[in-house]
Amino acid sequence: MAVSTSPQPSRISRPSPGTVAIVLLLLAACTLPFVLDAFWLSTADFILIAAIGALGLNVLTGYTGQVSLGHAFFLGIGAYTAAFLADHGVNAALWIPGAGVAAGLVGLLVGPTALRLRGLYLAIVTIGLVFLGTHLFVNIPAITGGPAGRATPQPMWGPADFGGNGLTIAGVSFDRNGCYYFLALTLLALSMWFVHNLMRTRSGRAMQAVRDREIAAALMGVNLARTKLAAFVVSSFLAGLCGALYGAFLFHVDPSQWGLLLSIQFVAIIIVGGIGTVWGALLGSVFITGLPTLLIHYSDSVPFLQHSAGQGGIAVSDATNLLYGLLIVVFLVVEPRGLIGLVARAAGSITHRRRTAAVAVHPSPLVEE
Amino acid sequence: MTTFLQLLFNGVALGCVYALIALGFTAIHRASNVINFAQGAFLLLGAYLVSTAAVDHGFPFPLAVILGLVAMVVIGIVFQMLILRRVQGQPAFTVVMITIGLNIIIVALVSALFGNAERGNGVGDPWGNTGVHLGSVVLLWVKVWTIVVTAAILLGFFVFDRYTRYGLATRATAIDEEAALAAGIPVRRVNAIAWGLAGALATVAGIFLSGSPNVLDPSIGDIALLAFPAIIIGGLDSPIGAVVGGLVIGLVYELFDGYSSSVPWLGHNFYSIAPYIVMIAVLLVKPYGLFGRPPAERV
Repeated sequence: MAVSTSPQPSRISRPSPGTVAIVLLLLAACTLPFVLDAFWLSTADFILIAAIGALGLNVLTGYTGQVSLGHAFFLGIGAYTAAFLADHGVNAALWIPGAGVAAGLVGLLVGPTALRLRGLYLAIVTIGLVFLGTHLFVNIPAITGGPAGRATPQPMWGPADFGGNGLTIAGVSFDRNGCYYFLALTLLALSMWFVHNLMRTRSGRAMQAVRDREIAAALMGVNLARTKLAAFVVSSFLAGLCGALYGAFLFHVDPSQWGLLLSIQFVAIIIVGGIGTVWGALLGSVFITGLPTLLIHYSDSVPFLQHSAGQGGIAVSDATNLLYGLLIVVFLVVEPRGLIGLVARAAGSITHRRRTAAVAVHPSPLVEE
Repeated sequence: MTTFLQLLFNGVALGCVYALIALGFTAIHRASNVINFAQGAFLLLGAYLVSTAAVDHGFPFPLAVILGLVAMVVIGIVFQMLILRRVQGQPAFTVVMITIGLNIIIVALVSALFGNAERGNGVGDPWGNTGVHLGSVVLLWVKVWTIVVTAAILLGFFVFDRYTRYGLATRATAIDEEAALAAGIPVRRVNAIAWGLAGALATVAGIFLSGSPNVLDPSIGDIALLAFPAIIIGGLDSPIGAVVGGLVIGLVYELFDGYSSSVPWLGHNFYSIAPYIVMIAVLLVKPYGLFGRPPAERV
């Protein structure tokens, strides 16, 4: 008896709604440089660049459950490697990935020691890593310029000059901010695609198993040491990439930048965005990276806000810190799944599919001890 | 030899401060299995409160200290009751990040309320820049007091831990929270007490850190970061470990500070990272610290 089965929906002829949404989003993102002014465009650059690094941290902390406060160290490695390679005449097409590879290698070197430790012990040892890193950066002036810092070389490809003139193609010109925007957007899109796919492979599933229950994962044959190390290396690689772009975009870097506060900012990004999600890194970055810029920009029109301390109001830097401290606390108490969780809730209430929406996002995925 | 003795004394005094901070970490970790990253902010806030009371409002120093202690105990308990109870049962990481958020908030508040300028009068302590001379070794009064008071506090802590009902309850909670609950131990109250205790310990540490000849400015909150190596060296769960770890870190810091100029290849300011290097070395050998015990695991 022939059973008629409905034909498999062809993937080629009918793209899934998700794919359509992503393509539309990418197109929208590509038009942004033409509508934003210089100030907002440079803010968008910072957001995209930070999202790359946050994605890296999400691989390690969000997907694999290893809490690291050492992310800033790997950003620094990336920035200085990039500058070092560029100094020696290496093309930007090589020094940007090169910075990622170098940071990944350092991760490979540090990882086996750090990852012997679990939970909070790991968090504290990675703080140590940040301090060691700052000490190293201060004391290798040949590469880092010492405590005063150094200028960072700019990418340069044929007519595209990221340092000054930008690029003009067929009458359309992009300034420096526009060039960085498209570079960061491309790298971020590739990284997100990579992480999204990685998490559906054997190694990616192993990482999530380690996060959910370490012992259970080990019993099922997951090699804990190798899985954690892989996550650490991927995370460091993305951090290095982010550091290279960040350093170059800033024109000038100094060792004090790669401190604990930067690490905490990245942790804040993934908490506010959504731990263990690809889009959470970007959403969180919009919030945490964009917030200070927003406050500085509008400090004149917000009452009690002053540009610097001691003018009878709250300094902008204090106000930003206050706000993002509050954001961390509020999100963790009220919505531990982050902005992604809010989005899922909103989508759920619109389509009345609350259950599916709730399952689609991991509930706060970190399991400890 | 004189230099060495002087550094030794300074190291023990500094180590006592770290021991106080570390004891605060340990108290909280034993009661609720988290690390309080806001300990540095507690220290900062405590010192500023005492300083405001003593210098700005002219209260006698002992009264100012008592006011500061009471305020910080209340703040610690209120934070535990208002915020942390809502996330009870969630992963340690969540709670730790909340304390990091709290740390950022308090530091920003202190900076917004008191400004970033250093307060030359410190906490308004009566010691001044005076001390006892033993040969050519100078024992500053503030450091002598640090050591004496810390010793008294430690003694009190161990008596509390060993011989009181709440000490027993805390130890039971540290071993197994659920079993403690089942046995009728008021785990919430134990937690609240631990947070109050940590606030008080941080305040005492803050007072000694900013007492003469030191001044008070917002950066002293960062000093608690150096107490992390102390608790890790000692093991998170062990009060004795906290004290030993604190002393080790204090001595390492002062000795490297005194002698690092004779080993220039270590780089500038090596003393500030030496504690972390010691910590990493210890962890390579004993991953749960000198006095810590590895947690039992089950699937």
